[in-house]
Amino acid sequence: MRKLKYWEAISEALVQCMAEDKNIFIAGAGVDDPRGIFGTTLEAYRRFGKDRVFDIPNCENAFAGIATGAAVAGKRPVVVHARDDFMFLASDQIINLMAKWKYMFGGKNSVPMLVRGITGRGWGQGATHSQSLHTMFAHFPGLYVIAPAFPSDVKGLIISALHGNTPVLLFENRACYQIEEEVSEELVPIPFGKARVVREGKDITIVGASLMAYEALRAADILKESGVSAEVIDPRSIRPLDRETILASIAKTGRLVIADTSWNLYGFTAEIAALAAEEGWQYLKAPVRRLAQADCPAPVSKPLEEAFHPTPLSIVKACQSLMELDVDLRKPLTDIQEHFQGPY
Amino acid sequence: MMRIRTIEETIAARYPEGEMRTPTHFSIGQEATAVGVCAALKTEDAVYSGHRCHAHYLAKGGNLLGMVAELFGREAGCARGRGGSVHLNDPGVGMIASSAIMGETIATAVGTAFAFAMDNRPHVSVTFFGDGCVEEGIFHESMNFAVMRKLPVLFVCENNLFSVHSPLYLRQPRDIPIYARAQSYGMLAQQVDGNNVEAVYEAAVKGINDIRKKGGPFFLECMTYRWREHVGPLFDTGQGYRTQKEIDHWMARCPIKQASETALSRGACTPDQIKLWKNEYQTEVEKTIQSVVGLPFPDTKGLLEGTYS
Ligand SMILES: Cc1ncc(C[n+]2csc(CCOP(=O)(O)OP(=O)(O)O)c2C)c(N)n1
Repeated sequence: MRKLKYWEAISEALVQCMAEDKNIFIAGAGVDDPRGIFGTTLEAYRRFGKDRVFDIPNCENAFAGIATGAAVAGKRPVVVHARDDFMFLASDQIINLMAKWKYMFGGKNSVPMLVRGITGRGWGQGATHSQSLHTMFAHFPGLYVIAPAFPSDVKGLIISALHGNTPVLLFENRACYQIEEEVSEELVPIPFGKARVVREGKDITIVGASLMAYEALRAADILKESGVSAEVIDPRSIRPLDRETILASIAKTGRLVIADTSWNLYGFTAEIAALAAEEGWQYLKAPVRRLAQADCPAPVSKPLEEAFHPTPLSIVKACQSLMELDVDLRKPLTDIQEHFQGPY
Repeated sequence: MMRIRTIEETIAARYPEGEMRTPTHFSIGQEATAVGVCAALKTEDAVYSGHRCHAHYLAKGGNLLGMVAELFGREAGCARGRGGSVHLNDPGVGMIASSAIMGETIATAVGTAFAFAMDNRPHVSVTFFGDGCVEEGIFHESMNFAVMRKLPVLFVCENNLFSVHSPLYLRQPRDIPIYARAQSYGMLAQQVDGNNVEAVYEAAVKGINDIRKKGGPFFLECMTYRWREHVGPLFDTGQGYRTQKEIDHWMARCPIKQASETALSRGACTPDQIKLWKNEYQTEVEKTIQSVVGLPFPDTKGLLEGTYS
């Protein structure tokens, strides 16, 4: 099988689904521009032209509603936000209407659509251009929220979104765009609510959302050197959540570390910790550890930005606090965004 | 204008060194709107800006070292290295805030004007924003509120014809200029050549007089053009979303060139003086950069500091 990068997998999923279903269109500021949302919409624009891949004015909230109206009338919109932070402006339509439509109107029609939001990372993109909103939106019933870290998963989940009838929000971390792996050339859907065990292990479970699944894998490599076998789980979909896979892993390892690209309080890490406390407590040999961004807005200055994000080393450190471990934490480790200089 | 241009060009030249790790939107080519409007303001008047805020910050009297240090991510930056290029501020001189989410500071400018009005303070509140922000709901909601409450707001739309790579004519109705839409809210409004600093200044003075005399907001649409890429220090002709011909047309109408020619023709200054000023500004910015590079980064111990007051 050939390998694809994350952004290429997104592009391929969109193109293949659009070839299959003429009701799919892609809309968003810049989707048809020379950069094509970091390459992800270039091929779709080339293949399907401006009737199906088109620029829109800067009107996030209105367009979330416009897309909703189009969706209930038979279309399958894919709405793209070059930064998910702009989805705050669209959140009234997304949360108060799109998410609740099916339920609130007695199940009469569905809102089949996909909203893509890209989480900025690196180069001091700062407080309003590098937030990851997966946990915020996952709070609200009626939406599927996905945030996979790996290329084959993003492709499979996009296919499920564009085959399904539920509004889906996809959060793509910019740092994942260069991750590469084998991706099926076929249209193989990946179901929502099914986690991926990225690496099997027996001593400790690390659950990472979005980019943190990849960082957890890097942490697992470091742990391996000191003889610790870590199991790494990427939930892929934040809602619905695959509770079984996570519980089965805790049952096996008895230790749980959770990492996220958002904040701890009231977030993804809290949800997984609650799951462990409610249903997995009998397996736990040690307290649960959570890692996320520092509890402040994202800073710009490089040393602050570095201290702000959880890293493979901070994940290792959390594991170390749960078990006897001899690891040298001063070992230099390149940051995933070390060579990133944009385009943002 | 020349000072702002010199500062920005110097920063743009050094940006590729990779020491300024903050997405930077240059105002090069658009200096006349910032300078023309700010020249009509007093220190106590409030200014708000968006992501393209360098010129507004400097024209309002913002501290140069604070700006350069912010770009270099130093503790001495005007936002202590927390905010970056898009969050320049210097409240002491009335440069209240800038923001990277489109349209946000249109509303805050209205809010500051609301406070001025409540206290009968005689100041005006100015918001600079691009043509792209006109499409956002907040623009309309804010204008409506300002009109209903007769607030002392000067809305300054810098119409540079693009939102990132999207041309204006594909985003907004061609036949109804932006200022005419402001008029439809019952606001006094005017369009002006945004590359002619005197025209901008005169229009701003008139606008502020109207605000004072008649009460209520004034809307100024300044027609101008961005020379460099949307974000970053480079020229972007190769990108294909605009033509070299169009860029050349606007560069020929450089606000600084026009103002210098006018000043020379009136005998207000000599070519030598212009050169001298330019050298002075060059030295100033280079010295500032030099001193900033020696300043400390924020201490990571203070990462959480300032999240709450
Ligand atoms: C709410 C929101 N949507 C999208 C963006 C991304 N964005 C940043 S600047 C920009 C274009 C702004 O155009 P304009 O207001 O005309 O200002 P200019 O860049 O031309 O100075 C866009 C779309 C954003 N920052 N905020």
